[in-house]
Amino acid sequence: MKHEKLLKFGGHEKLLGFAGKKTFKLISLLIVVCLASFWLIEQSPIDPVRAYIGEMSVTPEKQAQLEEYWGVNSPPQEKFLNWAGNILKGDFGTSLIYRIPVTDVIKEKFTASLILMAASWLISGILGFILGIIAGMKRGTWIDKIIKTYCYTLAATPTFWLALVLLMVFSVYLGWFPIGLSVPIGVTADNVTFLDWLHRLILPAVTLSLLGVAQIAMFTREKLKEVLSSDYVLFAKARGEKGLNLVLRHGVRNVALPAITLQFLGFSELFGGAVLVEQVFSYPGIGQAAVSAGLRSDVPLLLGIVLVSALFVFFGNTMADIIYEFVDPRIKQEEAAS
Amino acid sequence: MENKAEINVEEGLNTEIEINEEFGNKLNVTSNKRPISELDSSTEEKKKTEALLKVEDISLSFTQYASGLRQTKLNIISNLSLEAHSGEILAVVGSSGSGKSLLAHAILGILPSNAKLDGKIEYKGRILTQEKKKELRGKEIALVPQSVNYLDPLMRISDQVIGDVAEEDEKLMKNLQRKIFQRYDLKPEVDKMLPHELSGGMARRVLVSTAIISSAKLIIADEPTPGLDEKTLNETLSYFKDMADNRCAVILITHDIEAALKISDKIAVFYAGTVLEVANARDFKNNGENLRHPYTRALWNALPQNGFQAIVGHQPMQDEVIDGCVFYERCSKKNDLCSRGIPLLKEIDGGVVRCNNAVSEEIPNSDETSSIHGHELKISAKEVKEV
Repeated sequence: MKHEKLLKFGGHEKLLGFAGKKTFKLISLLIVVCLASFWLIEQSPIDPVRAYIGEMSVTPEKQAQLEEYWGVNSPPQEKFLNWAGNILKGDFGTSLIYRIPVTDVIKEKFTASLILMAASWLISGILGFILGIIAGMKRGTWIDKIIKTYCYTLAATPTFWLALVLLMVFSVYLGWFPIGLSVPIGVTADNVTFLDWLHRLILPAVTLSLLGVAQIAMFTREKLKEVLSSDYVLFAKARGEKGLNLVLRHGVRNVALPAITLQFLGFSELFGGAVLVEQVFSYPGIGQAAVSAGLRSDVPLLLGIVLVSALFVFFGNTMADIIYEFVDPRIKQEEAAS
Repeated sequence: MENKAEINVEEGLNTEIEINEEFGNKLNVTSNKRPISELDSSTEEKKKTEALLKVEDISLSFTQYASGLRQTKLNIISNLSLEAHSGEILAVVGSSGSGKSLLAHAILGILPSNAKLDGKIEYKGRILTQEKKKELRGKEIALVPQSVNYLDPLMRISDQVIGDVAEEDEKLMKNLQRKIFQRYDLKPEVDKMLPHELSGGMARRVLVSTAIISSAKLIIADEPTPGLDEKTLNETLSYFKDMADNRCAVILITHDIEAALKISDKIAVFYAGTVLEVANARDFKNNGENLRHPYTRALWNALPQNGFQAIVGHQPMQDEVIDGCVFYERCSKKNDLCSRGIPLLKEIDGGVVRCNNAVSEEIPNSDETSSIHGHELKISAKEVKEV
């Protein structure tokens, strides 16, 4: 009993330590990301005033006035402190392209992307896991070889290329899906039906999923191999367990957590993939917004997106850490042993 | 539960005698200096049915890829024979890492795919094929593994002990599991625990429970007592004694000869992949003059309480090719014959030995012993034909 209490107390202490460490890491990460991206933008030939003016013709006086208003000529450190100060207050500035606050743009675009990413995260995770289990169970057979070939091919395929191929086959030749955009042209956002929206989500989500499958499937396959050669599976066999039941009882149970952890660690790739896929499919998500912000010198939006994406990836990694440190009993076992 | 820790030798002997009464018709089979081949066939027949498991001359080798594509064969077990009888504990004693566990795996049919097993294993007088092994393991033949690592780290203890059973049997098995845990003083909260939460002693009892719940007739315990303190060790040993008392045949694979001697009826001495001698536990006394093989004697005399004398040399490596006796290099009694061909199995004084020089030594109190272990054949110095 006493031992148990000690353990619990230990667990509590561990949780606090973990939260503290993570918070510290997050703050330092954000500071570094802010500094680095701000410095990069400072060094780039982007002229925010030019971007704001766009195609309009303005007098040089007016332009000088705008430069004065935005503090273009003030020293970089002053600019940075100004910007960082506003961010701390929750003000990310106004997007130069959309002419609305950056937070609003990010909210809208990120929601659209989140649905796309969540769908492909789930599909790739589940499909990859199942394929990995099958390949691991049937190691060396033709089905394993097919799955392996599929995974290697996909792992070597550029995202945008796969997106283009799918677009060509399913949208152009077969005409099953629209070529792009998340809503039909000429329909206001209020009149878009759920089915319309879903219909347009499918192809980008499938593209993104197919690419995610490879990594998780190969990982699951290797992990299952490891589990199947473990002492506890040997003992299960010695007790008469066999076949699919053995894999389901011991294999899936022991491979699932590491696979989910890996899936969370894949958030950065997911985000990167989303940028490309959204671009090809003209899906109005955060990825596409990032590309336009970059191409059209929308500095506030670009910096905002950089920060949000850093947070997103950090969240994925933290989830992976939580699973590793707190959910997986094997880690506790190792800790207890040491 | 506390009193379980002590092994009641008295009780052990009593049961032994009871068993012998059951086999009463064989009590008088005490023949001297008569070759086994001359024994009438009915006696031989009886002897055959007596052994629950009969391992005859098995060899186990692994094919490995050495540098490049060159295949090498690694002989782990060669010409190994032993027998396990119901109601008896047979200890297989040998140094760690010498392939004793693989003997257990061979009997259970859970060897890795690159292993090649030759020879004959019989269970209840019938050849144990791989299919038969698959059918029997977990039901009639159970393994008690050496550590908690053999339990699924993510599965609740009760689910593991119950095993993979049909849904309709689950409730029944759950009750049975609870009863067994009760007997082993494992509280209800243990059911819901994960393996890493078990203490060392609890883990032992859980591992033993996995064999008990199977109601197996043959129990193979693979190093069940590593690094246990005296109390837990005795407690664990008592569980196996109980199994034998319940008419199970127990094979206790261990490197701890002292622990083995506490409960075993017979000791098989494992050396360089083979069994050099199967001796009765009572042969291990004094200076080991009743032991049949020089290695067994050396092993006995190497114990701290028996002089602590080590013999020089080491076991031959697994890739060494040996023509003669595997103990040749270290033997003090070797002669020319020993380097040519593996010595034949001889049955001497109720034990078997693979040594050219072993001869029977008259035991003065042989009558007394035969009344206790009467069902064993007492035959002197004669050779059993190599199969």
